Amino acid sequence: MTRGIDGRLVLGTLALLAVGFTILYSAGQTDVPTLAATVWRRQLMWLGVGSGLALVAFRVSPRVLEWVAPGLFGLGVLLLILTLAIGTGAGTAAGTKSWLTIGGVRVGQPAEFAKLAVIVMLARHLAGRRDDITGLFDLLPVGVIVSVPFVLVGLQPDLGSALVFLGIMFTMLFWAGVAPSMLLFLASPLVSLLLAFSTVAWGTWIVLLTLVLLWVRPFVAEGLVVWLTNVTMGVLALELWKGLAPYQQNRLLSFLNPEVDPRATGWHIIQSKVAIGSGGLLGKGFTEGTQKRLAFLPEQHTDFVFSVVGEELGFVGVLICLALFAALLMVLVSIARKATDWFGSLVAVGVGGLLLTHLIVNVGMTVGLLPIMGIPLPFFSYGGSFLVTCLVGLGLAARVSWESRRSGYGGL
Amino acid sequence: MTWRDPHQLGGRAHTARIVIVGVFLVLAAAFFRVQVLGSERFEVQSVENRLRPVTLPAPRGDIVDRLGRVLAENEPGYSVSLVAASAESLGVYLDRLDPVLQLDSAQRATALRRYGRRPSEPVPILQDIPFDMVSALEEQRVWTPGLVIEATPRRRYAYGAVAPHVVGYVSEITESELQSGTIPSARMGLLLGRSGLEEQYDDRLRGQDGVQFIEVDAMGRTLRLAGEETTLPPIPGETIHTTLDAELQQFVAETFPEESRGAVVAMDPRTGGLLALYSAPSYDPNSFVGGFEAEQWAQIVSDPDQPLFNRAIQARYPPASPWKLAVAALALRRGLVTIDARMSIPCAGGMQYYNRYFRCWDADGHGDISLREAIQYSCDVYFYQLGLKLTLNNLLHDAAELGLALPTGIDLPSEATPVFPPSTEYYNRRYGPRGWTNAVTLNLAIGQGENDQTLVNVVRLYAGLANPEGVMPTPHLVQGAGAGDLPSLGLSAASLQDLRSALIAVVDRGTAAGARIADLHIAGKTGTAQNSHGEDHGWFVAFAPAEDPEIVVGAIIEFAEHGSSVAPLVTRIIARHILGEDVTAAGVRVELPADSAPEPLPILPATTARDSTRP
Repeated sequence: MTRGIDGRLVLGTLALLAVGFTILYSAGQTDVPTLAATVWRRQLMWLGVGSGLALVAFRVSPRVLEWVAPGLFGLGVLLLILTLAIGTGAGTAAGTKSWLTIGGVRVGQPAEFAKLAVIVMLARHLAGRRDDITGLFDLLPVGVIVSVPFVLVGLQPDLGSALVFLGIMFTMLFWAGVAPSMLLFLASPLVSLLLAFSTVAWGTWIVLLTLVLLWVRPFVAEGLVVWLTNVTMGVLALELWKGLAPYQQNRLLSFLNPEVDPRATGWHIIQSKVAIGSGGLLGKGFTEGTQKRLAFLPEQHTDFVFSVVGEELGFVGVLICLALFAALLMVLVSIARKATDWFGSLVAVGVGGLLLTHLIVNVGMTVGLLPIMGIPLPFFSYGGSFLVTCLVGLGLAARVSWESRRSGYGGL
Repeated sequence: MTWRDPHQLGGRAHTARIVIVGVFLVLAAAFFRVQVLGSERFEVQSVENRLRPVTLPAPRGDIVDRLGRVLAENEPGYSVSLVAASAESLGVYLDRLDPVLQLDSAQRATALRRYGRRPSEPVPILQDIPFDMVSALEEQRVWTPGLVIEATPRRRYAYGAVAPHVVGYVSEITESELQSGTIPSARMGLLLGRSGLEEQYDDRLRGQDGVQFIEVDAMGRTLRLAGEETTLPPIPGETIHTTLDAELQQFVAETFPEESRGAVVAMDPRTGGLLALYSAPSYDPNSFVGGFEAEQWAQIVSDPDQPLFNRAIQARYPPASPWKLAVAALALRRGLVTIDARMSIPCAGGMQYYNRYFRCWDADGHGDISLREAIQYSCDVYFYQLGLKLTLNNLLHDAAELGLALPTGIDLPSEATPVFPPSTEYYNRRYGPRGWTNAVTLNLAIGQGENDQTLVNVVRLYAGLANPEGVMPTPHLVQGAGAGDLPSLGLSAASLQDLRSALIAVVDRGTAAGARIADLHIAGKTGTAQNSHGEDHGWFVAFAPAEDPEIVVGAIIEFAEHGSSVAPLVTRIIARHILGEDVTAAGVRVELPADSAPEPLPILPATTARDSTRP
């Protein structure tokens, strides 16, 4: 059936939602009951809200969406500013301002909405470009679109969520044909920042970067900007490090060596790895994970929900979940590839970038590949705003797919 | 416009798919490493996370007497602790239970402080509470769900102050002992034997602790017991069967003169098994064991009479006249004399040896007497000559051969070694080769000079005289102990019989005539140990029935002036053991001749008898 909603997309999403809810239910099953015991029911309510909004998104024509994109973006930025002004914290991040609260009721996290707004806005901007992006200066508008919400979310402070904007940006720029070397230059200041703690590593990096710059030969001004930014980052790194909140510093430190302080900072990483590792090949059985049951696994219904998969369903369960995610991402690539218009194509890719970034950062964190950044796993982690965001994004992608099949045209 | 080229777009879609597959593979590899390769290590960690070992303490073994009467046992004790959700609710609990607990403000503050340190664990409130408090608390249980009443056994000594020097006592392991790691399977709250049999047989009494696993959550809250299969039950400590006769021991404690210091040892000469061992003054270990009341303890430790000091095995006294039997036995063994042999110099109240005059205790003199009579009258002049006949070298060598220079090896801790010169080298070293003369032999021969013996060692010597084969059994308190090669007096049956009959004569007609009891032949020897610090110490060592000895009893009473006053105590103990309760109930009237040793001659720079009651 060519005129309905994309079957592969729906199937992939439903499969992930089914597994996700099952695991979320299990995450609440602890020996000493906590609030997490009933979150799956509230998540069901959010599924209802999200599905409704996804259907609405599906009904919205890409043309209309493209037209209202600046408005959405403006609204997103406004909400973020409002959040900084009157926002509240919640849960483990009680000290931050990431929630918008009306009359004492937390209604949502504007950062999640802003992700969609950035996708739409970037898609509109990139699709509207006539020329190839050949120089870094061509990226100035993109930089503005991304850096405004990036900075506003980073100020909450929520470094993890802020990084998602960069993930979205890189995915969409790649899709818009930006050369890999240019993406490298764009990412280079971040690399500099991370490597600055080791003089040798950073020195090597600068030498390599210089060689690449000489080889690729961008415009002189661009080359200088990239090079100088890297040097500045290397120098400023220490100051920026001092500017980080202690919990953020600890997270990075314990990522490097979880055993430093196994009872405090390293606790999350160690217990998550113990949970996953003790699951073995086939897992301890649904709801039977001892690490989770006895509360050794922290945040088992939000940040570390995937550790529950590892503990209870084992390596096999992990592979199945990862395969489902890969399949869904493949479907999104395929939709973007076959989209009839560039705006739609970029939106589909943007949604894919959003999911991919969350997947890598969250799952990588549970298994100790990446530092703890506390961003949720799509369809698994408890969290209303994010579930709604994902579903609406997929609704938009479904619309893009529908448009292309309606036109009977298999691609751009 | 190249970026919109469909061909290039296809290429990027291809790249995107490769990236997705790459991400999948990298993540899968990371999980493979943790879940498949590292699985065993993490499984162990997850089990360690949730299972906490809990020690199941092994009950300490009982100590019983020869008939199974309990000397030391475990008594159920109770302790109260509280589990509370917050400091406030702990306060509420304490308020509610106050009519029962009646804590003072310091105890209350301690409880709250402990809670602050470990909120998830039960807070100990009171130890060793009486049983009526337990039932009063049980009534409150409905209102205080956090109430924990635990059975914690405490040690009880049924005979209290009757046998503390035998049984000993226990106390909790100290912090430094815990950390030193020298005690196997040490744990908090472990009771260790500190004295007596409790210390000597601590390993056997202690048993082996078991272990049980409880499942806890991340907050350390106990959720449930882990499966039965992980539980290792404790192995209770052995029951120690002693050779002691608790009733006789009690009789000794009751009969021993009040306010006196001294000791009594009663032994079966055939086996070496001790029937009673008492040291005065005594103490009651129950008063400080368990709650370990510091005040009681300090009182006992600071007592000038040193009740903790075991005078039967730790105090050394000049052996005095009872020692004469050792000299007689050694001379008989070497065939130097017979029981009827007379010495060249008759006793005229003393004798001249070179430039010194050595007195006999009886200034009137005993005349020309045989060895039998010399033993009977305890004639010093006879034994001076016997010692000279034996020679100093032989005397030192033979006495050491009988083990009189070494501890007996009794199965009690801290037995003192007798002071006895191993050879003449001793004198050379101490006084220089020309600083002493052969006159030391005369003093040694009558149990003075450089010779201090423990009561148990002298009793062992007499057990050798009483033993049918003339061997000296090793004194021991626990059945089966004391085995091994036993030193023999090396006397013929006839010589042995001669010595026994001489000892009977002591009681019948001689210095201990007051100790005589109709129908019971008691053989024994009195003694008076010179004490430079005050009145002399009195000895009496005896065995009975003389014809076929079943019991040998030795006693020393400090400041008793002379041994004759100790004799009635010993004879009453013997009578009680052999004849039973009825005879002794009638009381034994005793009349004793005086028997005091002569003043020791100052022939050496430091030969005045020491007060060796201090360890």
